[in-house]
Amino acid sequence: MDHTTYTLEFEKPLRELEKQLIALQQVSEETKVDVSQEIKAIESKLELLKSNIYSDLSPWQRVQLCRHPKRPYSLDYIERISTDFEELHGDRRFKDDPAIVGGTALLDGEPVMIIGQQKGRNTKDNLKRNFGCPNPEGYRKAMRLMKMAEKFNMPIITLVDTPGAYPGIGAEERHVAEAIAVNIRDMSTLKVPIITIVIGEGGSGGALGIAVADSVMILENSYYSVISPEGCAAILWKDRAAAPQAAKALKFSPTNLKEFGVVDDIISEPAGGAHRDYDLAAKHLKNEIKSNLTRLKKLSTKSLLDKRYKKFRNMGIFEELTETN
Amino acid sequence: MAIFGKPQYSTVTVKKKDIPKDVWTKCPKTNEIIYNRVLKENLMVVPNSDYHFPLDARSRISSLLDEGSFKEQDTNIRSLDPLNFTATANYKDKVKQNQKKTNETDTVISGEGTIQNMPVNIAVMDFRFMGASLGSAAGEKITRAIENGCKNKNPVIIISASGGARMQEGILSLMQLAKTSAALAKLSELKVPFISILTNPTMAGVMASYASLGDVILAEPEALIGFAGPRVIKETTQQDLPKGFQTSEFLLEHGLVDKIVHRHKMRDTVGRLLTAFGSGKAS
Repeated sequence: MDHTTYTLEFEKPLRELEKQLIALQQVSEETKVDVSQEIKAIESKLELLKSNIYSDLSPWQRVQLCRHPKRPYSLDYIERISTDFEELHGDRRFKDDPAIVGGTALLDGEPVMIIGQQKGRNTKDNLKRNFGCPNPEGYRKAMRLMKMAEKFNMPIITLVDTPGAYPGIGAEERHVAEAIAVNIRDMSTLKVPIITIVIGEGGSGGALGIAVADSVMILENSYYSVISPEGCAAILWKDRAAAPQAAKALKFSPTNLKEFGVVDDIISEPAGGAHRDYDLAAKHLKNEIKSNLTRLKKLSTKSLLDKRYKKFRNMGIFEELTETN
Repeated sequence: MAIFGKPQYSTVTVKKKDIPKDVWTKCPKTNEIIYNRVLKENLMVVPNSDYHFPLDARSRISSLLDEGSFKEQDTNIRSLDPLNFTATANYKDKVKQNQKKTNETDTVISGEGTIQNMPVNIAVMDFRFMGASLGSAAGEKITRAIENGCKNKNPVIIISASGGARMQEGILSLMQLAKTSAALAKLSELKVPFISILTNPTMAGVMASYASLGDVILAEPEALIGFAGPRVIKETTQQDLPKGFQTSEFLLEHGLVDKIVHRHKMRDTVGRLLTAFGSGKAS
């Protein structure tokens, strides 16, 4: 995967060094002069810079990284973590929504239902996928597949990657809010294990609509938020350009999310982000899914559902005064 | 302007602000001027035009429940500031200001009472308090109201009005959608009725959870109801919005809302529904 064609602002120093390295290698090949010392020096400098940059990303830089156009999307993971994926289409009500994909698959031979929000890789693809912003049909398709999974006793894996549900006229006419609400409610009672991983953008209700799970995990360079940083900036700062401040104020980094009890685990990404090594990123993902699945499958249905209810029931931080009036 | 020098004004104009604020109100529909006292007696509905102004939570409760039957619960729950959130203003101050302004502790008032002698658990959102945004405290009170409904087999009534989740509480406010909806799943399993009443405006996260999950969904006339805000939709789609988009009437036509009910008829309507659902026979 060529990750050098698109460079984020904070990655520029890295690109410069990488360019120097390539130039040096070319020179060495053409002139047969030994520059291995210089190459080594640049390489170690590169490694140091990489670990400096990526170990200390600001919340806004993380948002940029998880929106990287080369970042692996749901289908990239599905083809790497499972076999025999049979994509199933449509909500049986109105249409098929390509912003959410789903179907049956085998995870090391074990049947699972995988559902994921899907962005497009290029303009044409993005028009089809609506930039990963689902319409109501997407949520209804997802619930149809989840009910199917429950019927045939298959664990459910959902991959979250959306800026949010689509704010469109048709979406409102067909009640996107209701579609999300029904999913959130009904996921709380599905009698099979559910595992959710936020693999990129976890945009508000549009994300939560497929994310009420026994185990909620997040990839290291992802975010999960009540509102996009731009949206928050527009409302509270009256200026979308304040998005970096909003990203910080919203405290939606994986570490914060774990502290709040909203995610259970953070999945590490390859150095420099998941887009630099799809296979390795998928391997990390699969390992976490498998170990959680093993754990969840040991629970009785009752205990699974009780735990899931309690998990969400306990979310929120408020004060309860001791004296009542 | 320079040739004429400084303009001289001799006419005295009556500016809007000169009309005593707490005596008159103008109807946004017909521009009719109406006495506030009359408006209040009429539950903030303009008598001629039937325009529904927002109504505070306590007035809603007393208009719906049998007189003197309301027993407030969970009054000891308060919002905290888990994110230590500051934008142009800080969240803690904002909550304090709103408490002072409304004389309420937060957006939700909840408890139990009776409608035509049928016991109910009720939660009402007060739009005056930070646009009735849904934070952890509000989500907790709503969840407890639903759980009390489960425990006592009391029908649950939630009157919503909200701009959405309270973003100053970040992801924790989003999780209130899951918390409240999961509690409703339990209520539904017990076959206890839930009536969701939508008032102006009910948007975003609140619509994407309990407000959309009523066995029956009632709406006051001409309320703004939806997921995304109209401005956001317009900017995103670059399309003109249809006439009456996201109003109660639009949602009735598009099949989400069961019925549009005038505020004065809400009590009778809810009473008839609860009777139909068998609440009157409860021992």
